[in-house]
Amino acid sequence: MALNYQDAVAKYEPTLGLEVHVELNTNSKMFCSCSTAFGAEPNTQTCPVCLGMPGALPVVNGKAIESTILIGLALNCSIAPFSRFARKNYFYPDMPKNFQTSQYDEPICVNGFLDVVIETDEGVKEFRVEIERVHMEEDTGKSLHVGGATGRIHGADYSLLDYNRAGIPLVEIVTKIVGGTGKYAPQVARAYVTELRDILRSLGVSDVKMEQGSMRCDVNLSLAPVGSGSLGTRSETKNVNSLRSVERAVLGEVVRQSNRLEAGERIVQETRHFLEESGQTRPGRSKEQAEDYRYFPEPDLVPVVPDSAWVEELRATLPEKPSTRRKRLQEEWSVPQKEMTSLVNAGLLDVVEETIALGAEPSRTRSWWLGEISRLANEQEVDPTSLISAGYVAEIISLISAGELTDKLARQVVEGVVAGEGSPTEVMSKRGLKVVSDVSSLVAAIEAAIATQPDTAERVRGGNIPAAGALIGAVMKATGGQADAAKVRSLLLKHLGQGE
Amino acid sequence: MTMIRSSAAEMAAALTAGSVTSVELTEAHYAQIEKVDPQVHAFLYLDKVGALEQASAVDAKRQAGISQSPLAGIPLALKDVLVQKGIPTTCGSKMLEGWRPPYDATVVTKLKAAGVVILGKTNMDEFAMGSSTENSAYGPTHNPWDLERIPGGSGGGSAAALAAFEAPLAIGTDTGGSIRQPAAVTGTVGVKPTYGGVSRYGLIAFSSSLDQAGPCARTVLDAALLHEVIAGHDERDSTSIDAPVPHVVKAARKLDVSGLKIGVVKELQGAGFQTGVLSKFHEALDELVSAGAELVEVSCPTFDYALAAYYLIAPSECSSNLARFDSMRYGIRVGDNGERSAEEVMKLTRHEGFGPEVKRRIILGTYALSSGYYDAYYGSAQRVRTLLMRDFSAAFSQADVLVSPTAPTTAFKIGEQVDDPLAMYLNDIATIPVNMAGIGGMSLPCGLAEEDGLPVGFQIMSPAMRDDLMYQVGGTLEAALLIKWGGPLLDRAPVLAGR
Repeated sequence: MALNYQDAVAKYEPTLGLEVHVELNTNSKMFCSCSTAFGAEPNTQTCPVCLGMPGALPVVNGKAIESTILIGLALNCSIAPFSRFARKNYFYPDMPKNFQTSQYDEPICVNGFLDVVIETDEGVKEFRVEIERVHMEEDTGKSLHVGGATGRIHGADYSLLDYNRAGIPLVEIVTKIVGGTGKYAPQVARAYVTELRDILRSLGVSDVKMEQGSMRCDVNLSLAPVGSGSLGTRSETKNVNSLRSVERAVLGEVVRQSNRLEAGERIVQETRHFLEESGQTRPGRSKEQAEDYRYFPEPDLVPVVPDSAWVEELRATLPEKPSTRRKRLQEEWSVPQKEMTSLVNAGLLDVVEETIALGAEPSRTRSWWLGEISRLANEQEVDPTSLISAGYVAEIISLISAGELTDKLARQVVEGVVAGEGSPTEVMSKRGLKVVSDVSSLVAAIEAAIATQPDTAERVRGGNIPAAGALIGAVMKATGGQADAAKVRSLLLKHLGQGE
Repeated sequence: MTMIRSSAAEMAAALTAGSVTSVELTEAHYAQIEKVDPQVHAFLYLDKVGALEQASAVDAKRQAGISQSPLAGIPLALKDVLVQKGIPTTCGSKMLEGWRPPYDATVVTKLKAAGVVILGKTNMDEFAMGSSTENSAYGPTHNPWDLERIPGGSGGGSAAALAAFEAPLAIGTDTGGSIRQPAAVTGTVGVKPTYGGVSRYGLIAFSSSLDQAGPCARTVLDAALLHEVIAGHDERDSTSIDAPVPHVVKAARKLDVSGLKIGVVKELQGAGFQTGVLSKFHEALDELVSAGAELVEVSCPTFDYALAAYYLIAPSECSSNLARFDSMRYGIRVGDNGERSAEEVMKLTRHEGFGPEVKRRIILGTYALSSGYYDAYYGSAQRVRTLLMRDFSAAFSQADVLVSPTAPTTAFKIGEQVDDPLAMYLNDIATIPVNMAGIGGMSLPCGLAEEDGLPVGFQIMSPAMRDDLMYQVGGTLEAALLIKWGGPLLDRAPVLAGR
């Protein structure tokens, strides 16, 4: 009988290894001055250097080195006083020089760690993930294989190449093997990538958008019988592109590998591709025959020798750690842990902080971003922060607090802003959205409602307060839903002699 | 027009005096090319339109009294390994047939800015791999001293163009001797500057850590004038040296070596060196002593391993540098019939596009870098390189410059060594150590070997960024030899009649 996850981790101890590739957000590429802006027409952001034209030579982007050192420092790494680039030689059409310029055995940052916290049924647990290295390399171009069944190069009718991405600075962050997580391996993996993402965001060195590929994760996983103290053969699941997928990929591999082992089969050392729909992986390239990349030091570049005083200057600029910041904000806003976790997972911490800083009331701010705005974002499959600015949200919340908008009206305002109808006030005037707070017009509507439902009015006068609902409903209908229901209620009850 | 036999410095003086225009000078050189190049085959491409445009622009500026660089208006032949925007650049290979680069090499940018008139691109061994220019995919270049013989390589086209008076100046590149050995066998002057002294941006790489562009000319002063035009720091080349260019023109004009110590390298004479080469070398040493220099013998024992180490490092780097020629972005594409995969088309293109010597070196280098062999081959070779540098620094503590014959023999016959790569590699035995150590080296003519009447080259090596020293010694020796010979050595070369 097939093992499920619980059975699998009862029998086998997982060992993790995580390799995260991050595109830096420098304005220019790693080795030339071409723009790195996302989404330009294919092959418009290229030059002789990033196209690998004969005779062209690379020059290292100083900003990329600075960003990489910052990452290393934030991950508690040592910064190597001397590091070098190497050439990784292999042929592929999207790699203009047919070698990738990458750091190899002399990376710029080594031996760091990152502590992550996960919540479990047994309470909060902390794990230390050790970092082996942080190194710099260049991205490849993009291939688009047209025709054929798989979208892969084999079987395609033809392929299109876009070299805009070729030469974009990449940083690779590699953990040492992460053991001792037991059944929490999926959560630890996710927590690590989440924490890493937050750190990179706080450093401002990358957009860290997993869905756009500016942060990509490879998950290495092996199993060994519990208590054996040995290491099994690992698989390497490539390009796991969301936090949730990281967790699912680990879980899926634990189940797959444990079932193979149970069936007496061996684990093949190979790369695997993560399938978003099923959470499973499918086999890719076998790594049993190690590919020979013929690495050697890049002769066109000089060694990277960062001045130690400069490294210390950079260390002094490190921002508050995301974990410290979360603790601080949670206290300032008095947010329950669960809601805090939701904000962090949704990537809304920054925008919520910004909205509150603009004067919006904290609890309303959180519920608007987590609620209505996230709902709309989900519908449109975009990032909530791309729908509406913190400034507009702060403005809407202030209008609610001032009683000029009800929650219901505010939802329509948000919808209008998102639809591009302008600022909140513009939407309100265009759509005629405003709380009817003019007492005389409300009183007129109340009197009209009483006139059409005299029996109900009589019952309310007689002390049957819940009966007022029907009258309030009629007033709301008459005002097109723009009255503040609480105000209507209080005016109505007063009118019928029930007010305080 | 006799003007074409003048030095570039003389031509420049004539331009300044107004006795000739740059357009006239350019046309005179094209006339000579038309006459003799069918026999010599120094050029692969002529850019008459571009050259005459540049010449007229220089003439117009001169008429308007605008001050210009000393070499403005002087014609030059450019080795086909340097890219020039819009001008076919083949590197002597079928692989790049028809390719027009979208940018200028930094050397080319500097030449254009100085008003130098680029006549065209010169022939070379494919991707600068060879010592005879026989490895060009476009046929060999012939030595103007004897059309049956090789002009050296890889920059045989540039050297032959100078010796045949098709251009007074040329640019070469030198990875293991490709400027100096052709200079030696054609009776011309060639200089490999200190590594990093001249930008490599736009120089199609053979071996990145060894390649260096440099000036080729018929006199030491002309080489110095050209050196100062092309040298200097370049932000586009990370290995370029950020320091002032040595004052090589001043040094070339010094004509004084009194008090200088000249180190004669023990390991670069004797077995393997032709008798006539050694005798001319020793006669030149006597001239230097007469001029006041002191000779010291120095020993550089690791030079014996230089050639072997070079043939691991250069092919290793070339195997990676030449990987980009895959038909995907530029150059020829073979076998793309709509059925074959990208990988198959790459293979077919590389099979057809590269010649045998290039393939030999790519295979050698791929092997040397393979895992399991890297330490034994590439690693050992790099350690030899460190030892070579130590030998040089010890030698330079005893002498200001080092000297040797440039090449072990005079020009051999075309076809004589094509089937014996190892014999061919030995032509660079005396020039390779200079590249391995990244220092400067110059070759200038020191006479004709008694046994065959062909030119012999004298090599001067100077410490890194002291290129001025080799110009000082070279200029002094040249002046002494001119007096001894009663005129330039090239006056003794047969006059090419043309057909």
